[in-house]
Amino acid sequence: MKFGIVVFPGSNCDRDMQDALQNDLNKEVIMLWHKDEDLSMFTTDDYIVLPGGFSFGDYLRCGAIARFSPMMQSVIAFANKGGKVLGVCNGFQVLCESGLLPGTLLPNGNQQFVCKNVYIKNDSLPKALKIPIAHGDGRYYADDKVLNELEANNQIIFRYTDEFGNLDLSANPNGAIRNIAGICNKERTVFGMMPHPERATTPNLGNLDGVEVFRLFGMN
Amino acid sequence: MTYNVQIKVMPLKDLLDPQGKAVMGGLKNLGISTIEDVRIGKHITLQIEADSADAAKAIADDACKKLLANPVMEFYEIEMIN
Repeated sequence: MKFGIVVFPGSNCDRDMQDALQNDLNKEVIMLWHKDEDLSMFTTDDYIVLPGGFSFGDYLRCGAIARFSPMMQSVIAFANKGGKVLGVCNGFQVLCESGLLPGTLLPNGNQQFVCKNVYIKNDSLPKALKIPIAHGDGRYYADDKVLNELEANNQIIFRYTDEFGNLDLSANPNGAIRNIAGICNKERTVFGMMPHPERATTPNLGNLDGVEVFRLFGMN
Repeated sequence: MTYNVQIKVMPLKDLLDPQGKAVMGGLKNLGISTIEDVRIGKHITLQIEADSADAAKAIADDACKKLLANPVMEFYEIEMIN
């Protein structure tokens, strides 16, 4: 399994992601410039990753302009034929703007950029994972119809919880509806999440919970 | 002919607008307490080369649908200036 990481102007977690996948998880990584469009070296067994950052300065709306980069047209085509895609933070915003995932990310309810460790929980995991967040626009929102569909299809992959895994409004760092921290598409091939698993994959950083996240996505 | 088009993009009415809320807090602190609500959006001006006002408006509408506004969180209004 190979990994391609798309670099947009303004991406700033692309090297963190490369370091985590290459050095901590021992994966083959190819960096992809947003103006290129060749994904012929990847098969649908491989993963394309959209990293965190502020692509195109977050102008207009987060992820709105990156969605029109030449490489994104290839990524959308890759996803539509079953290729796996993960978007983290700004990458999640790009996936929502692209229509590869439903809903959108609004400015945080408290009007502040939030940078701290939070706890997130997936129903298949025995305990909550401690993963850092760093974003100003992370308040996931979709209408009730979409939310009910996401819940019915088990597409909500992570919710913000307290450290014991309890769903709690006070554990929600940005006002995301129904405490949603990450979702996937119906086919479970496209994943998006606000927290940064790539910042928690080495003992040097004192946190290995990110490895669990990558395992959950079948990346490790 | 060149048409000047103004576009107003606003957060959907049901959505919390934290920016507007913070500004309203500021206005209250100034002592302007009769303002009941503040919502903040974007104002975009376009200059469009088109054969008619209708054609220019159609181009602006297409631009809004494809990029300038996100219907999941925003609505827009187009105003033709000339």
